[in-house]
Amino acid sequence: MLTPVLALGLLAAVFGLLLGYSAIRFRVEGEPIVEQINAILPQTQCGQCGYAGCRPYAEAIAAGEAEINQCPPGGEAGIQALADLLGRDPVPLNESHGEHKGKRVARIDESTCIGCTLCLQACPVDAILGAAKHMHTVIEDECTGCELCLEPCPVDCIDMVPVREDISTWKWPFPEDRWVDIAEAPLRQAAR
Amino acid sequence: MAARFDKLFHFHGGLRLPGHKDQSTAMAVVPARVPPRLILPLHQHIGQPAEALVQPGDRVLKGQLIGRAEGYVSAAVHASSSGRVVEVAERPVPHPSGLTALCVVIETDGLEQWRQRDEPVADYRTLDPSELRNRIRDAGIVGLGGAGFPTFVKMNPGAGHAIELLVINGAECEPYISCDDMLMRERPADIVAGMAILRHAIGARECVIAVEDNKPEATAALRREVQAAGDATVQVVTVPTRYPTGGEKQLIKVLTGREVPSQGLPADIGVVCHNVGTAAAVYRNVLDNEPLVSRFITVTGAGVAQPRNLEVLVGTPIADLVEQCGGYTDAADRLVMGGPMMGFALPDDALPVVKTTNCILVASRDELPPPQAAMPCIRCGECVQVCPADLLPQQLYWYAHSKDFDKTQDYHLFDCIECGCCAQVCPSHIPLVQYYRFAKTEIWAQERERRHADQARRRHEFRLARLEREKQEREQRLRERRKGAPQDTKKAAIQAALERAKAKKAAVGNESVAQADAGEPSTSAADAADKPDSKENA
Repeated sequence: MLTPVLALGLLAAVFGLLLGYSAIRFRVEGEPIVEQINAILPQTQCGQCGYAGCRPYAEAIAAGEAEINQCPPGGEAGIQALADLLGRDPVPLNESHGEHKGKRVARIDESTCIGCTLCLQACPVDAILGAAKHMHTVIEDECTGCELCLEPCPVDCIDMVPVREDISTWKWPFPEDRWVDIAEAPLRQAAR
Repeated sequence: MAARFDKLFHFHGGLRLPGHKDQSTAMAVVPARVPPRLILPLHQHIGQPAEALVQPGDRVLKGQLIGRAEGYVSAAVHASSSGRVVEVAERPVPHPSGLTALCVVIETDGLEQWRQRDEPVADYRTLDPSELRNRIRDAGIVGLGGAGFPTFVKMNPGAGHAIELLVINGAECEPYISCDDMLMRERPADIVAGMAILRHAIGARECVIAVEDNKPEATAALRREVQAAGDATVQVVTVPTRYPTGGEKQLIKVLTGREVPSQGLPADIGVVCHNVGTAAAVYRNVLDNEPLVSRFITVTGAGVAQPRNLEVLVGTPIADLVEQCGGYTDAADRLVMGGPMMGFALPDDALPVVKTTNCILVASRDELPPPQAAMPCIRCGECVQVCPADLLPQQLYWYAHSKDFDKTQDYHLFDCIECGCCAQVCPSHIPLVQYYRFAKTEIWAQERERRHADQARRRHEFRLARLEREKQEREQRLRERRKGAPQDTKKAAIQAALERAKAKKAAVGNESVAQADAGEPSTSAADAADKPDSKENA
């Protein structure tokens, strides 16, 4: 009677110690959920979600304070990725935060700009270059299209322009939507 | 050594396709005439577009640099003939997207006046490899087999890549195309000389020129040339005609039996591969100091009256070439740049030919029948049998169709060479390659967006840190000014004044005490005014 109890007890103790040791020794540092959410967000820092930037919104989602459908720039694809990560059902974008638009960048009309520096202070990614009483200009490659510079501009000289597709960024269409095939285009001869 | 290529190997899959090459090889190659207008896109290669160096109104000479290479992977663009620049603007370019790109339009004067050319190099062996690379880069030479990768980049395999074998690719496996065949027949000396230069630059021990066995004239011409040179380390090897033997990785497999690693480069296994046209262009550049301004182009198909090969100035409109081949026939139905397997349709014939254009195919309806409606995949596995990259096309299709891009990469989407064999044999007529191209460009776009987002995140975090630092610095200054600072400076000023007074007293002595007292206040006031600044700076 006593032998099996002791034997099992001993085994339990040994395995318990082994497991406890491995838990400490081979600990896997998981990426915190906030970081994972933040990695999905588009980093426009536009604040349309109602938070001060992408990271605060990620923190709010992680804390359960915000819904996953408050990010218009991320669009449906972003919501789907968040839903997959968090094991939730995807929900449609909450239109009260804005609508999903294509990628656009700010452009300053340089003849109208008075050099007030207000947009410089508003830009969340320091993508506007300029100094007081000197013309400002947007570094297009760094602009996230957040539109935060539009509001403070006293002379309304900033426009959002769509990013032009060129042959190095062009994407082949989905074949079922539009089939770009060599057999598709009929021959058109130049006017002579 | 000579026995090395006696035994050849096979790559997986591939197809035997009707060649249709005889149509265009009957007539000798002649230079095409100088068109009234040349349209030169600044992006004719893989990599960054070139930057325009000319403005409308400028007079340019043949071979003059008009577009400077931007960044490392890029290629220069030169004027193909002399004349006047009339436009530097967005124009339609030959690309499957049908989009516009920046082009330089030159109105030619017909004089073909060359720019100042340096003395030719008597012996390329006196130039070291980096000097050769620079020359080839400045000449704007790109891979003429079709992909258009800047040649000088391939000539710099990097540390840790000892190159054993240089392969000169004359396989030219795609139906209808015969420009490499004609080049090998008519300019074998250029190819062999260019090969020697490339070999000198990369330090390859052995060289092989590979030609498919459906081009006996080309093989004979090259053999004669190689024998005349009398170098035992150079061989001309005939390889079996099978599509796509001309694929770099497939050809290397046939010759050496070795496989280029997944997503790797031939340099990883000590091989570098260049097209015959590229070798000839290298020769002309190094010996004659000519940049890449012309190339051999096949104009063929049932849609042209006299299919043939022409030596064409880069930037010549296609309509001009068709006219020199007797014009269109009634059967002309579609205009394709490249061959029927890997080419793409062009919307009209005002588009120019570019450095990578090897063939203009004016196809009849019989040659390129309209696509049949796609049916569901029945998983017959035909595509797996023919895939020369040894992939699973049906799985790639499955995941590309459901837009599961991670899975397509698990199935090695980026090892697909888009040869079109799978789509050719598909009994359900599924446009398989279109799905792979769609998936590839979607993945690239996602990667671009991710990089852009990471950059934005870093910049935003840096901005937050900067704002925080500035705020703290401001507060610090404010604190110092408001509280401690004024009192400290006052005290210090008084202290300093007292000490100076004492010292003066001691030095001057009793007689001048009254005088020193009178001078004291002004000195201490000046000190007090100086002090706050010095304190703050400290």
